[in-house]
Amino acid sequence: MASAIMRRLTPDERTQPTDSDGRATEVTAAEYIKPNDRLTSLERLEIYNRQYWFRLLDCLIDDFPGLRAVLGDGRFYPLIISYLESHPSSSPLLGDLGKNLPAFIAGRKSLTAPHTWIAGDVARLEWAQIVAFDRGGRPPLNPSLIASTPPDKLTLRLQPHITLLDLAYPVEAVVLRLLRKDRSLRNGSSNAVGEKHVPRKFARAGRISRRRTRLLVHRHENSVYFKPLTQAQFLLLEKLAAGSTLAAACDILVEAFPSTKSEDVRSWFASWQHFGFFIRR
Amino acid sequence: MPANPFNGHTDYGVGIGLRVPHYRHILEKKPTIDWFEIISENFLVDGGRPLEILDLILEQYRVVQHGVAAYFGSPGPLDRGHLRKLKRLVKRTGTPWLSDHLCWGSVDGRFTHDLLPMPYTSEAAAHTARKIREARDFLEVPICVENVSSYTEFHISEMTEWEFLTEVSEQADCGILLDVNNIYVSSQNHGFNPLDYVENIPHGRVGQIHIAGHSKFERFILDTHDHPVLDPVWNLYDRAIQLAGHTATLLEWDDRIPSFNEVHHEALKATVYLEKKPALAAA
Repeated sequence: MASAIMRRLTPDERTQPTDSDGRATEVTAAEYIKPNDRLTSLERLEIYNRQYWFRLLDCLIDDFPGLRAVLGDGRFYPLIISYLESHPSSSPLLGDLGKNLPAFIAGRKSLTAPHTWIAGDVARLEWAQIVAFDRGGRPPLNPSLIASTPPDKLTLRLQPHITLLDLAYPVEAVVLRLLRKDRSLRNGSSNAVGEKHVPRKFARAGRISRRRTRLLVHRHENSVYFKPLTQAQFLLLEKLAAGSTLAAACDILVEAFPSTKSEDVRSWFASWQHFGFFIRR
Repeated sequence: MPANPFNGHTDYGVGIGLRVPHYRHILEKKPTIDWFEIISENFLVDGGRPLEILDLILEQYRVVQHGVAAYFGSPGPLDRGHLRKLKRLVKRTGTPWLSDHLCWGSVDGRFTHDLLPMPYTSEAAAHTARKIREARDFLEVPICVENVSSYTEFHISEMTEWEFLTEVSEQADCGILLDVNNIYVSSQNHGFNPLDYVENIPHGRVGQIHIAGHSKFERFILDTHDHPVLDPVWNLYDRAIQLAGHTATLLEWDDRIPSFNEVHHEALKATVYLEKKPALAAA
């Protein structure tokens, strides 16, 4: 029954007439579901088949409004339907449903071409927003500990809610317009699903110009922020997040950006420590 | 029973589900209400705004956890990772009991996120009861299982739904969260008398009751939680209270959610029935 419920609906949102073995769904459904005087076995199965898809699609619609806006419904729906077929939910929490969508977009370019880059950027940013919204925070590392540890011994981690993003397009403007304070939580415990959401009109993919953008997405006092980073700042944080010591990360930074001054780095660190970005590795 | 082992010997009154559109009203106006029910899975996160809101609510109100993803009826063992998260939340909320559904919803690590009806067989009852016992022992809090609304019946079922609920709850020695709206919805979809259901369960195990609205379609009824409670459901509630006693009651309103006051006002209609059946001493 589970495979029948999770099987893709027809374009007019009905249960497929044949199952994955080529047998008539009407026949296979009748083998385990009783009909009644109003509904056939297939029609009773179809109620669950439709609810499965409507519920999971609604979840992705809620979590990726920017992606929907830039792609338009004509591309967005086939994308997320294919995604759910390839990546059925593997978590009891609906909030985890979209975690593989950015990678799926990168791996299935035909579904978003010619806008794969921008679609991927928006999806990564929207997932980073979800991570920032509800991942844990750890006590930030004491600045005096950072100052007193020799740079060649000091390794740091970023807060679990932080994501570093190197984007080809400035998609934060699109996503910021859709930023909400509260993610859509599961609506109670009914096994029915609500109405579909009304499409929103936003800049479509073809109208956004390419411009490389580096962001740090984080949470501060329970609000989500997109912090723009310079190329040098991004490189330094990326190396630290990957496990380099502070000394090694700074060496790489100076090699890539020889004009970087030590007071610049101190100033960046002061700001990052203010927001509590660093925790003990 | 008003206070019994299955609801942690508490005597809660009438509550409503804690829902996002009401957060601001609750936190600013601090309305008087007996208790809130939360969907556990909405708060199984490591941090951030959901837990901040929950902690603010917990400073002012009694909260009971209601789950949607334990899937006691799914094949295979319990999801220990999920249980560990639930236990952390139990410690945070201090919930006197925890409820989830008598249903299945996952197979081989794939989740439907639905509350799917079970085949009513002795084998399924034994399997489900064992998982409920395991969960209760791990979580160290009483568990009540809720009857779900359903749109299908299975050829292999060997008993009625209320017989199945009875068998599971007795084998698991757990409580029942009796959803009288779900009973009504299923009775209309499957053609049984809903009073037969309400009258033939072990009433001493009822730790909580759910009431809600539903939607009628041409050939079936859907459990939508988007309307006030309809008269046939109030009638079932009345009978349930006569039989089970002055029981903690919760109104579910989950879609097209009106103002907090409107939802609370609808919930408080339950007091008319509760007052006909005075609270008893703790069991």
